[in-house]
Order: sequence, then structure tokens, then C-alpha cells
Amino acid sequence: MSAPPAPRRSYREAGARRRLLAVLDPGSFRELVGPAERVQSPHLAALDLPAAFDDGVAVGRGTLQGRPVLAASQEGAFLGGAVGEVHGAKLTGLLRLAAREQPAGVVLLLDSGGVRLQEANAGLLAVSEILRALLAARAAGVPVVGLIGGGWGCFGGMGIVGRCCDGLAMSEEGRLGLSGPEVIETTCGVEELDTRDRALVWRLYGGKHRIVLGEADLLVEDDLAAFRAAAASLLTRRRVLTLERLCQAQEALEGRLADFGSCADPVDLWAAAGVVAPAELPLLEPEPFLAAVARARRPVP
Amino acid sequence: MSRTWDTARRNREARLQRAAPLARGKWVEAAEVPRLLEALVEPGDRLCLEGNNQKQADFLARALCRVDAARVRDLHLVMSVLALPEHLELFERGIARKVDFSFSGPQAVRLARLVSEGRIEIGAIHTYLELYGRYFVDLTPRVALLAAAAADEEGNLYTGPNTEESPAIAEATAFRDGLVIAQVDEQLQRLPRVDIPSGWVDFVVRAPTPAAVEPLFTRDPAQISDVQVLMAMMVVKGIYAEYGVDRLNHGIGFDSAAIELILPTYGERLGLRGKVCGHWALNPHPTLIPAIEAGFVRSVHAFGSELGMEGYVAARPDVFFTGRDGSLRSNRAFSQTAGHYACDLFIGSTLQMDLAGDSSTATRSRITGFGGAPNMGADARGRRHASPAWLRAGREARGDGPGAPRGRKLVVQLLETFREHMEPAFVERLDAHALAEAMGWALPPVMIYGDDVSHVVTEEGIANLLLCRGAEERAQAIRGVAGYTPVGRGRDRRAVENLRDRGIVRRPEDLGIEVREASRDLLAARSVKELVRWSGGLYRPPARFRSW
Amino acid sequence: MERLSYEVEVEGPAAPRAPPALVGVVASGNLEVLVEPGDAGRCRVEIATSARGFGEIWEAVVRDFAARHPVAGLRFSVNDAGATPAVVTLRLGQAVEEYLGATR
Repeated sequence: MSAPPAPRRSYREAGARRRLLAVLDPGSFRELVGPAERVQSPHLAALDLPAAFDDGVAVGRGTLQGRPVLAASQEGAFLGGAVGEVHGAKLTGLLRLAAREQPAGVVLLLDSGGVRLQEANAGLLAVSEILRALLAARAAGVPVVGLIGGGWGCFGGMGIVGRCCDGLAMSEEGRLGLSGPEVIETTCGVEELDTRDRALVWRLYGGKHRIVLGEADLLVEDDLAAFRAAAASLLTRRRVLTLERLCQAQEALEGRLADFGSCADPVDLWAAAGVVAPAELPLLEPEPFLAAVARARRPVP
Repeated sequence: MSRTWDTARRNREARLQRAAPLARGKWVEAAEVPRLLEALVEPGDRLCLEGNNQKQADFLARALCRVDAARVRDLHLVMSVLALPEHLELFERGIARKVDFSFSGPQAVRLARLVSEGRIEIGAIHTYLELYGRYFVDLTPRVALLAAAAADEEGNLYTGPNTEESPAIAEATAFRDGLVIAQVDEQLQRLPRVDIPSGWVDFVVRAPTPAAVEPLFTRDPAQISDVQVLMAMMVVKGIYAEYGVDRLNHGIGFDSAAIELILPTYGERLGLRGKVCGHWALNPHPTLIPAIEAGFVRSVHAFGSELGMEGYVAARPDVFFTGRDGSLRSNRAFSQTAGHYACDLFIGSTLQMDLAGDSSTATRSRITGFGGAPNMGADARGRRHASPAWLRAGREARGDGPGAPRGRKLVVQLLETFREHMEPAFVERLDAHALAEAMGWALPPVMIYGDDVSHVVTEEGIANLLLCRGAEERAQAIRGVAGYTPVGRGRDRRAVENLRDRGIVRRPEDLGIEVREASRDLLAARSVKELVRWSGGLYRPPARFRSW
Repeated sequence: MERLSYEVEVEGPAAPRAPPALVGVVASGNLEVLVEPGDAGRCRVEIATSARGFGEIWEAVVRDFAARHPVAGLRFSVNDAGATPAVVTLRLGQAVEEYLGATR
């Protein structure tokens, strides 16, 4: 009889608020524009669709290991965590508040398919406002970090938001990308990406691949406590935002394209990057995985 | 006048002679198979095309579709599962005319259309055991097309973990002078074990691609709902613990997967390890892994295998039936027999139930068939050995009346009061009756008959039908757990409260179950990945179930 | 969307005042329930649902719920995306639990 696996409190399983309460210090979360204020989407009502009291995102103040932070958590189960006008305004407002209040950091619990299609232009504008406010907060000296481990991953405009953070922590189950798998299959055909092959989808978008590519900084278990520790750790490592740094990042990305542009599958890329037994990577737990890819990782500055 | 007693044998010899030039010994090239079938199969033949619950003789099905329909026509198919599009294409092309079968899952809608257009004649829809029985009585195949994992030069067959019903078909066919043709994934010098001896096999072909196998029994724990956990708690505490159910079979729904997954948590807390759920007739459900690892499960005999479970099964020979080679040996005919006679309980989900307790998965536009559920979900009236659970159920059903003591099987039906889109699961009249009328059938396709059902479990509670006296009481007991459906709201509240006082209707609070505790947190594994962890990495789920 | 509103007279002491509580999520077959302090002596339930024509069932669910839980003086607001009565009953129960939990 083998020992039962250690019980975990799954981050992916938890809803947006439960995640937030677990990542922040116990009892410290104070919500802004909470559900009782009923700031709901006017667009969904006009389309005769069900709305949510918080428009799918909880934002507020709290502390993380005693230090004041601002935090937001997207509810992936509501319309795939998609960004509508109100949802976006709450995130933008939080980031602007950060630039003014100068907390120890902003923690974004990202779980979103991107722009809410039902709100079209309002959603697109919202994402650009979030990006501007995020960069302004960073420029004002407030680190912004992202956690990705929900069921919807982090795609589209929110994928850009994620990559604009100072640091990202992901679980293997978390996914990060610009165009999601369904979009690629629809536009480029099933030969390009077969979304029924879930293992391929996760190999491509999942936390492990993002770690190898250097797009995510920390790989964590699907566990609330692990995400809390990761968030605290990320806040201590700032990434300075300068033109020089952006130029280095551009160079690194060009190098990645040159080295791996012909790879058809992430496994090919892992092999080309020098991973021994690349096909086994998806089956490894975080620690042995990190050891296996230590030399192959390509950090983007 | 002298009579010949070996016409079938002579006919068989003639067919073999016609086919001999197309083969090298027993071996046939894949490209030659359509011509081989034209030489071997005669118009009007009864032909068994191995359409199994899981593995499919898919290459032979495609080859049969490619024969000259002028030469091979009007076949009478006997097969348990109509699973592949090719199975129905045979009728569209006139190669086959009539079918006797058990189950048609994925082809249910197309089948209903072809039947209503008069292009398929259905002999009857059977349960598995019934159909196997008829293979040995009046539906013996003249030709059988089988699927196996490997063959050796002589034509011995190795089926691997998915033996399923191949031996039953081969035996019925070979010993009545029929012809057996097998597709295999590979030819080996030496087989890991022999599942079907070469003497029963006439031709073997190496298929260009491995036989199709569907992972039908994998239920992703991520999709189990809180309501299903609540129902699972009621089953474990209100039925398994009370009757001491130690020999059982589970259906394949998410509700029964929830039961499997709360055994190591809730079952353990109730002190049930070693007391319930020891012996199973069951496919190797991945969701059973935690209960096996936690020490609940002592033995499992399987109808078939399950993709990804091969390595785990091979590493747990104390639990599973395995060959000397280490791999699972399944056998649907024996496991169905075990489910019918040797198990004290069957539990399964259903879509519709009426006030008599009859239940069905058929709707007007779908002919789904039965599979094996009715074999297990029926009181085994021929059973003659006692067990505590069986005796207690019998006592409840018979009361203190006269006559010799007799047992009863526990047949439990699980259903939420509403399905998706607010379709009520409890109805005054099953859709099965409308289907039977539209098709002109003598029997409506009832999956489990109400007089076999012992308990109905919904999110509202458990109705114990064994304790009901008379049809009106049964109807009120069913209404009493039918929630807010029209049937449920049509209850006589006082009558239901009376049934509750007598323990016939039991609510979660009557069982000492806290509804707020009913959450996914109680599942020993909440994702496929956690199942892999429980298995120590031995379970290797197919790509479609992975998120890593 | 269909909007429904029910008010049930409830005996018993009013529930203590507590911060609003939110449980559940607006997703297919699911719903969210917001609990807040309301008017004394009654329980008010307001529902916005995407499934039309089930008012009778909602009313029965709400009345049974109010009879089984200490909901005097509470206001419930529901955003529903086609949840079955089983899920509705479960979430309403969890919402009360969550709200009262904060007062203990």
C-alpha cells in the first residue's frame, strides 16, 4: 500500500476569492468596489446575459507577509475571466491606486481568456488602460507580479498584461499565451494545433514550457500555500524597466526564433535546448523538472 | 433415405478452399482481405463483427465495407456494440440487412434514422449476456471477425488486457463449423500468453493500424460536482455501511465515480475499510485507484481494460486478474455473470425514471440499447448462496411473511432530479414508450425494471423501495425524492412524511449527513493528475485527459 | 433574463448583522448568491435568471429554504445561469453558512 499523496489545497480548484484570501495574510483582505455595490456590466444586461455582482474580479488591499499590497483576482468561471468594461476599470483603478499609494507591490491573480467579446471595443480599451496603468505603477517604483494557475490560463490581452509584470509564477496546469489553442486551430487548421490533444496544449502553453522559455520565473505546485510563497518571493525581485533592458529582451527573442523557429513541438525545442530525455518533462514534479531544465532555460531579460 | 449430418462442415470446407489461394497458411495480407471476405462470406450469412464495448475490429469492419455488394449482401449482423460509422455503412451499402445487438452508444441517432427509413431491420436489442447466450442457441455466427493484440505464426491469439468478449464469440463460431478471422496489431514469434488457441482460428491478418480502443471508463474527477458528492455520501452511509455491501458493481457515471473517490476519505472516517467494497466486478476505473491504494479493494475482475491503466494493473496482481505475462486478463462474459450472480449490489446512473421505478436512457430520436446494465441491475432469482447484505435486502422486501427465507440483490439507481437544461429526470411516462410505439416494438426499451430496483437516490434523499408495500406506496416514495420536478411536487406531503417516519424515505439529515460538508474537498483525488500521484506514476492517462 | 422576487414572512429572531457574503459563481448550471442584512421579520430573495419560465419552481425552492434556515432579516440576491434546484438549494445553504460564519 503506497502512502496517499500529501493533501494539497488546490489553487486551480479554488474560486477567485478563496485564492485571494489564501495568498494574502489571513484576515487582511479589504475589498474595494465589492459585490454589494453591484457595479455590474451594463453591456451584458443589454445583451440579456447574466451578470455578476463583481463583474468577475475582486480587487482590494491586504498584506503579504506583513507588507501592504494591492491585489486582484479574476474569476475564470465567469465568462472565462474575460475583461469587460467594469472588470477592466477595477484592474486599472487598482494599478493607478498603486502608483499613488506606493504599496510593497501589486499581486495579480490572473485567470482570463482575454477581452470579453460581448463588450468588444470597451473590453479592448480596458486592456490597453490596464497595460498603461501597470507600466505606470512599475515606473513609479511599485513591483507588479502575476500568478497563473487557474483553469482558464492567461491569454489574449491578459497574456500581454502577464508578460508586462515584474515576475510571474505559474503552475504546470496554468497556461500563458497570446492566441489560445482554439483560436489557432480555427484560423490555421487542425494540422497546426489539434486542441483535442490536451497533453500537446499543455505542453505548449503550460507553466513548464514557459519556464524553459524564460517567460515565467517560478514553477509551483497547484497548491494555495505554494502560490502564496511564490507571490512573496516574486515581490523581492524587481525587474527594472529601461530601454536598454527592452532592447536586450528583443535580442533574446530574435535568438529564440533563430534557434527554435523550426521546432514543431515543444519536445523538439526542449531537445534542441539540450534537455536530456525531453519527452519525460511533462511527467516530472516541479523540483526534478527544474533540475532537468536548469541549463536549458533561456531567461528573457 | 440417408441424411447428411455435416452440411455445415462441408460448406465450411468449400469456403476454405475458395479462400486458400488468397492466404499463406493462416496469414493474409491486409490488401487481400476484401477479396478474402468475398470468397468466405455468402449472402445472408449470420456474421459477427467484433464491435466490442471498448476494442473494435475496425480494420475488418472497413474491409467488409469494401467488398463487392453484389457478391456479399443481406448479411445478418450479430454484434454487441454498434460503435463505428462503418457498422452502419454496411447497411447503407446493402451488405448487411438485419442486426441483433446490445448497445449502440455513439451511433444511436444515426441508427434510429436508418431504422425509421426501413434500411435496417433490428432482430432484437439484448443485454450482453442475453446476446452471448443466443450465440450458443439460435444466433450462432457463421463467420466471426475478431480483434486481438498479437498472433504467432500458427495463429494463436493474444488479446492483451482487452480480451473482452473475443473468446465467447470464437467459441460459439469455431465449434459450430463457422469461420474465425482475426485482425492483429502485430505478429510475434512467441506470445506473452495464449488467449484464444490457433485451433479456433482460420485466418489472421496484420492490420495496418492497431485496433481502435476507447477509454470509456475514465472519469475526470475535475468534473464531479458538489451535488454528486452529497449523493455519494448518502450511498456510502445509507446503503453501503447499513447493508455491509462487500461485493459490487458500479456503473460508469460521474456519480458512481464520486462514490469511489470518497471511500478513502468519508468511508475511512466511517470506519468502513475492510467492511465494504472489497470485491468488484468492474473495469479498471482510474477513479478506483485511491480506494485500492487505501486498502478498501481486495479484488477486481474486469469486463475489459482501460487505456492507461495497463502498468498500474500489472503492478497490482493481488487485486486484478492477470496472466503469467503480468497483463490484465479481462472477460466480459464471465464478469457479467459475476455481476449478476456473485455481487450483492449494482449501482448506476439513469436519465429517466417513472413512478413504477422503471428507468431508461432511450429517447425518441436515439436507440441506445442496453449493454450490460440490466444483467447487473436485476435481482438474480437463480442465486442460491447467502450473504448478509443479500439476506437483509430479502428480509426487507418480504417482511415477516410466511415461506422460506430468501435474499434480494440491492439495485440502486442514482439520478439528480433535474438534468441539464432543467429537464426533469422523473416523469409520468418514459420516453422509451414513445420510442417503442414509433418503432413498432413489442417491448419498450426499459433499462432497469422498477421491481428490480431496491433504492432510488437523488440529492433530496434515499427512497427504499424494498420496504414499500404496494404500488401507491412505491409511487409516493419515488415522489418523495423527486425534488421540485412535477412528479416531486405532485407528492402527498403527509404520505411522504409517514414514509419518512418509517425509514422508507430518508433525507441527508435523517442519515446524519451535513449538507455543507458535501463538497469536492471530500474527493480523494480532484484531478486526473492526483489519480496519477495516487498510483505512484503507474497510471498513464491518455493525452485527452492530461493537463500537463 | 427573467427577474423574480419573493418575500417570505419568517418567525424567529433576526439574523445578526454581518458584512455581505458572496458564494457561488455565475457559470453555466451554477449561480452566485449575495447575502446582506435586510428587513426585520422577513426574508427577501431577488433573482435574475437566464432560464425563463421556472418561477413556480423558484418559489417552492425559496419557501422550503426559508422554512429550514434562520433567515429572518436577511436579503438574498441571486445571479443565476441555469442552475438546477439541487444546486440552488446547496448554494443558498452555503450562503447562510458563510454569512453567519462571519458573525460567530
